[in-house]
Amino acid sequence: MDKLLTTSGGRQQLLLGNEAIVRGALEAGVAFVTCYPGTPSSEVPDTFYRLRKQNPGATRYYFEYSTNEKVALECAAGAAVAGLRTMCTMKHVGVNVAADPLMTLAYVGVNAGMVILTADDPSLFSSQNEQDNRYYARLSGLPLLEPVGPAELKEVTKYAFSLSEELGLPVLMRTTTRVNHAREPVPFQRLPKTKTQGKFEKAPFQYVTVPAVSRNLHLKLLAAQKQALAISEKSDLNKIFGSGKLGVITSGVSVNYVLDAVDDLGAKKKIKVLKLGFSWPLPEKKIARFLKSVDKVLVVEEGEPIVEEAVNAIANRCGAKCDIGGKQMWKFPPVSVDVERPKFLSRAFEYNPRMVREVMAKYFGLKQQAPRPVSLKGIPDLPGRPPNLCAGCPHRATFYAVKEVVGPDAIHPTDIGCYTLGLLPPISMADFLICMGSSVSSSGGLSFATGKKTVSFIGDSTFFHSGLTGLVNAVHNNHDFTLVILDNGTTAMTGHQPNPGVDTEALGDPTTHIDIEQVVRGLGVQHVTTIKPFKVRSAMAAIQKAVDFKGVSVIISQELCPLYARRVAPKTKRPFAVNPNKCKGHLDCIQKVACPAMFLDDQGKAQINPLQCIGCALCAQICPENAILPVKAKA
Amino acid sequence: MKTMRIVNVAVGGQGNLLASNLLGQAALDSGVPVVVSEIHGMAQRGGVVESAIILGGARSPVVADGEADIIVSFEPVETMRILNKANRDTLVLTNTRPLPPFTVAIGAAPYPDTTEALKVVGRKVGKLIAFDGQDLAEQAENPLSLNMVMLGALFATGELAVPVKSIKKMIRQNTKKRFVPSNIKAFDLGYKAALAA
Repeated sequence: MDKLLTTSGGRQQLLLGNEAIVRGALEAGVAFVTCYPGTPSSEVPDTFYRLRKQNPGATRYYFEYSTNEKVALECAAGAAVAGLRTMCTMKHVGVNVAADPLMTLAYVGVNAGMVILTADDPSLFSSQNEQDNRYYARLSGLPLLEPVGPAELKEVTKYAFSLSEELGLPVLMRTTTRVNHAREPVPFQRLPKTKTQGKFEKAPFQYVTVPAVSRNLHLKLLAAQKQALAISEKSDLNKIFGSGKLGVITSGVSVNYVLDAVDDLGAKKKIKVLKLGFSWPLPEKKIARFLKSVDKVLVVEEGEPIVEEAVNAIANRCGAKCDIGGKQMWKFPPVSVDVERPKFLSRAFEYNPRMVREVMAKYFGLKQQAPRPVSLKGIPDLPGRPPNLCAGCPHRATFYAVKEVVGPDAIHPTDIGCYTLGLLPPISMADFLICMGSSVSSSGGLSFATGKKTVSFIGDSTFFHSGLTGLVNAVHNNHDFTLVILDNGTTAMTGHQPNPGVDTEALGDPTTHIDIEQVVRGLGVQHVTTIKPFKVRSAMAAIQKAVDFKGVSVIISQELCPLYARRVAPKTKRPFAVNPNKCKGHLDCIQKVACPAMFLDDQGKAQINPLQCIGCALCAQICPENAILPVKAKA
Repeated sequence: MKTMRIVNVAVGGQGNLLASNLLGQAALDSGVPVVVSEIHGMAQRGGVVESAIILGGARSPVVADGEADIIVSFEPVETMRILNKANRDTLVLTNTRPLPPFTVAIGAAPYPDTTEALKVVGRKVGKLIAFDGQDLAEQAENPLSLNMVMLGALFATGELAVPVKSIKKMIRQNTKKRFVPSNIKAFDLGYKAALAA
C-alpha cells in the first residue's frame, strides 16, 4: 500500500508539497477531483491518478484529467453543488482559462467543500508568464489561503474544505513552485470515510444565473466575503512570530526567508513577523493593531505589491504612524534573473533567503554577516546545456519534413509542449506563441496580414485543450494555413498524462479514445492527412499537398513519444551507426536535426551513441551518401 | 543544531533527485530536521537538474548565492556553473568524468579543460574533493549508480548529522531490489574515494 493511503494517523512522512496536498485532500475525504496538468501543479493530479489506478479498492474518489481548466472547474462545480467534496487543480495560467466559470461560480457557491489549487511560477521555471494569481481572489471575491511549505500545505488543504463549507464558497489555495516542489516531514492524521454519493435539489433561482438571480447572488457573495473577513481576523493562519518594535508582514514562501533571516540576524526580540496565510480577505484589524505596535514595517511578498498596497491603505485608515517599506514599484531589475538575481524586493522574479535577509538588515539598520560568493575569475567559458528534443523524438522528423517542403521563410506559430523546443537552432521553427491553442487562431491573423505561407504546430493534448474552437473559427472564416497536429499519443511535456486522443487500451484506463482525424474532419476541414513522420519521403509529399491547398489544411503527424513508448511497449528497433567508409562528412545529419544521440568524433565526423539511439532512422534517410545503417544484430 | 546547506547538481538522467530524496528520508529517519527542494521540468530533456537539502532546522527550501556549505556535483562543467553558490569555506565534491552537453557534441561550443579548471576551483573554495565517480559506478557494475557514489562521498565528509546506517537503510528500502547490492557497493566505493582524496 502506498504511504499516502495509510489510514491511521500519527506518523510523519517526507512528502513533496504536491503529495502533501493530496494527503490533505484525502484526510478531508475528497470525493471528486478534476484538473489540467501543468508545472508546478502536475504531481497533484498525477498522484491522485496513480493512487486510484494502483489501489482501486482503497481509493473512493473520482478522478479525471479534464480537457482544459475551464472544463475541469465546471465539472467539479457540478459535483460540488450536488454535495461532494471536490478539488480542482491547475497552474497559474490555467486559471485564466477557468476564469469564466470561476467568477460566476463564486456567485452560485457550493454545497460541499471545494478547493481550487492555483500553482504560480515566479521566475518562470516552466511557464510563459509569472502572473500573480492572488489577484484572482480579489477579482472573484473568493477566500485565499497561502501555505508556506509541505507540512502546512497538508493542514491547509484539509482546512480549506471545511472553510469552503462554512462559507458556501469555493476556496482558492495558492502555491508557488518552491512550495509545490519542496519536501519535508509531514505528520499524518486519520483518513475518514469518503462520501461519494451526492444529491442535487433543484433550485433554479439559486443556480441559474440569469440577471435577476445574479443580482441577488452578488449580494450573497458580498455577505459571504464579510463572513470570510471575520474568520480571517481570527485565523491562526494569520499569525505573529517574535516581538519588538520592528515589523515584517509577509506571505507565501517568503515567510520562510523572513523567519530564517530573523534567526540569522539574531533579532527575535527586535523584529516581529506577521505571517499572512489567510490572505484574502486580509485581516484588516489584525494588520492595523500590528502597524500601531511597531515603528517600522517591511512588507515582503513575491510578485505584485498586493499586500503592501493594502497595508498602506489600512495604515492610512487607522492612523498608524509607522514607516512602511516594501517594493520599489517602478524600479525593475535591469536584466533577467538568468543573468543576475535581483538584489531588492522586485515585482519580477522569485526571492531568496539572502536577498530578503540583506534587504531586512538594511531597512532595519541591523548588522549582518554573510559569506561572499566566490569570484568566478579564472573559470572558463562554459558550454550551454539547453534542453533538447530527445533522441528519436518524432517532432524532430516532422520539423525536418516541413522545413524541407516550405523552406525557412514560412511563418510557424507554435504552441505549448515539448515541440516548443523547436524554437532552438538548428530547427528554429517556432515564431509566435502566447498561450495554449494560440497556434491555431493566430495563424489566421498572421497569414492574412503577411500573405506568407503559414504552417503552425500544436500537440495532441493542447489541441484538445484549446485548439478545437480556433480550428472551427478558421474553417468558418476561410483562413489560409496548414495546421500540423503533432500526435505523440500522450501529454509528454508535463509527464505523460493521458488525453482524449490516447490509446486507452494500452493504458488500461476506463476512458474513451477520441480519434483526432475524425474530429478534424467533423470540424469541417476539407484537406486532412495523417502521416508517419519517420517515413520522411512520403511525409514530405503529404505536407507538400497540404501546403498547396488553398484554405485550412491539417496534417496529423502520428508517432508515439519514445519516452512514453518505452513504458507501454518494449523497445524493438536496433540502433544505427555511421559507416566511416561511406561518410563523406556532409554533416546534414548533425546540422539539420540536432539529435542528442549524434556527436562529432576527433576527426570531425558524425558518430552515433548506440546507447542513446533508438533506431528512428531519421538521420539514415537524410544522409546523402546512405552512410547510416542499422547496427548488425549480434550473432 | 547547526544548519547545513547542501546543493546537488547533475544532468537530467544522472539520478540527482533520487539521491536528494534518499538523503531527506535518511534525515527524517534519524530525527534530523530537513527540507529538500527540487526543480523539475525539463529534466528528461538533457537539461541541468539542481536540488537542495537543508539540514538542521532552517525553513527556507532554497540555498542562495554564496551560502552552500557543501556542493555535490555529478559533472565537472556543472561544478563550474554552480560555483556562484560557493563561498571560500564551501566543501565541493565533484565527479570528474565529463558528460559533454549537446552543444559540444555537435561542435557548436568547446568543452573546457576541466582538469585545469578544477584546480582553479580548488583554490577558491574551502576544500575540493574530485574523483572519477563514473569509473566507480562502473566498478560497482551499475553505470547508473553515480548518484550512490556521490552520496557515499558526501557521507565520507563526516559533516552530516545523519548517520551512514540511516542512508543505507533508505537505499535498501527505496531503490529497486535488483539494484540494491550494486547501489550499496557504489555508495561504499564513493565513501572510500572521498576519504582517500
